[in-house]
Amino acid sequence: MLKGGSRDTSKLLMERSVPGRVGVVTPELDVPVQPLPDGELLRDNLDLPEVSEPGVVQYFTALSQLNFSIDTQFYPLGSCTMKYNPKVNDEMAFLPGFAAIHPLQPPEQSQGALELLYRLQDFLGEITGMAGVSLATLAGAHGELAGVLMMRAHHQANGDAGRTKMAIPDSAHGTNPASAAMAGFDVVTLASDAEGNVDLEALHELAGPDLAGVMITLPSTLGLFDQNIVEVCRIVHEAGGLVYGDGANMNALLGRAKLGDLGFDVIHLNLHKTFSTPHGGGGPGAGPVCCAPILAPYLAAPIVTGNGANGSGTDSGYSLSIPEKSIGKIGGYHGNFGVLVRAYTYIRTLGDAGIKSISGNAVLNANYLLQALRDIYYLPYDRTCMHEVVFSADWQRLRGVSGLDVAKRLLDYGFHAPTMYFPLIVHEALMIEPTESENRDTLDAFIQALRDINRESEEEPDMVHHAPHTTPVSRLDEANAARHPNLRWRPSE
Amino acid sequence: MSPDDRKYTQEHEWAKLEDTDARLVLVGITEFAQDELGDIVYFDLPAAGTEVVHMEKMGEVESVKAVSDLFSPVTGKIEAVNEELVNHPELVNDDPFGNGWIMKVTISDLSELDGLMTSTEYDEYVGGN
Repeated sequence: MLKGGSRDTSKLLMERSVPGRVGVVTPELDVPVQPLPDGELLRDNLDLPEVSEPGVVQYFTALSQLNFSIDTQFYPLGSCTMKYNPKVNDEMAFLPGFAAIHPLQPPEQSQGALELLYRLQDFLGEITGMAGVSLATLAGAHGELAGVLMMRAHHQANGDAGRTKMAIPDSAHGTNPASAAMAGFDVVTLASDAEGNVDLEALHELAGPDLAGVMITLPSTLGLFDQNIVEVCRIVHEAGGLVYGDGANMNALLGRAKLGDLGFDVIHLNLHKTFSTPHGGGGPGAGPVCCAPILAPYLAAPIVTGNGANGSGTDSGYSLSIPEKSIGKIGGYHGNFGVLVRAYTYIRTLGDAGIKSISGNAVLNANYLLQALRDIYYLPYDRTCMHEVVFSADWQRLRGVSGLDVAKRLLDYGFHAPTMYFPLIVHEALMIEPTESENRDTLDAFIQALRDINRESEEEPDMVHHAPHTTPVSRLDEANAARHPNLRWRPSE
Repeated sequence: MSPDDRKYTQEHEWAKLEDTDARLVLVGITEFAQDELGDIVYFDLPAAGTEVVHMEKMGEVESVKAVSDLFSPVTGKIEAVNEELVNHPELVNDDPFGNGWIMKVTISDLSELDGLMTSTEYDEYVGGN
């Protein structure tokens, strides 16, 4: 680990302070002295660290080298699609014409950027089988909120304000109920059947005149393709409701199935997951909303339209416009433009065949892990999976080793932990999403690590229970940190 | 084995009749529930004086794993909430059937308790889970 001198990151900047040490030496005063403002505004004792400039740089550089990222190690964090982000995406986003443009620059000076947005809308519409696309939303849950607000606007425009219920499967991402609640809907839970599909009987019971719609993630967070999906959409439509699609797991379907064709009315995409823009550090993301023709008038503003008579902009240029019954602006300017450039580049560099190979390899990799580990890790839903596989650590727990312990021990083997304890309907869940980026050698090493940890759970359960042992900090006291948070440095008295 | 001096819900809460004349019922969550939740870090509970309804949400419990809804086993008025849980939610991990009680409720109708599971039924219920 990084020990010794300033590479020891265990000491905070305040604890490195040495009286009299400075980062900047100011020159002697060569201008007239000005009186200081009112004394009440001044403090004579500011608690700042006394450190040198190289000391500060070395400290923060050492901290940055502790980062775990897809550029350093395998990152099978389920539901997050931590795929490799090709560097050419960044190169394009850094082109001065894109990077230095100002969002308030008039359209006649930003036609290139508008054309890129126009084409990206087109690509995403084609990939999802949807007629309308807005790139204005800035993250996945932001797209969800825009999408359910569009559903609400549609029902209200139809004089159907009594549709107050939003049905959401028990395997859904937590953001789905949160978005529906923010849009003013009453959330009702939709049960899954024994196969992990939406329980059709339960859906029939909810499908009434008060149902606004359902929010479905496909494939589900169990990593399974809902075989009833067409029937689910039919039942909801027949009852007058709309079907929202959470596109978080689109990596499994790219180039194979279009959500629009399956019956979805409105969806969001996570460009930062499926279309390989960097994420995991809190953003920036992009969650474009794609919708069927009936919802297109409600899309969040702005969208990019062509100035030509047929809506094309090839010769006549492009404009920003507000859809007829738009839910309005939902963020500043035109979305996270740099992210959109990266996603556009990704699609253009891959092309048709490349886009299709993403989903093929993502699903193959997940099933490779499923088959290689199913004898030692319990598989609660025993089906061919899509882009991710959800195991349970129930068998290890019988030996006193929990899913959390397995995940922590993986850090010692140099792998990022899988998503744990989600979805909630799987006990001791370990949700593993390898993505298409990794080669077989990496997958084999990961399989070997999980097999070793299983053996350790038999031979040395206590050692696993206290993992990780090789990271800069070992097992953190998560319960105590949540119960008695210590959020800032305080001088030791 | 869950104690046989109280009744249980399918959502893993218990209700124990403390005083028949005053219709006072003590409410908490079970040993099975605390074990499933793991280390509990926070309770979001209603205030004393408010009403709760049988099997409707009465609050939330947050553990290091997840946030879960708490359901009231009975209908009635909350007389007291266990204030100790604000600073020491771990009491429920340590002693879910005793010091980790969550609230005291004046039950509107004593016969509501008859509809809940006995300890034997509850142990079978979680055993088969």
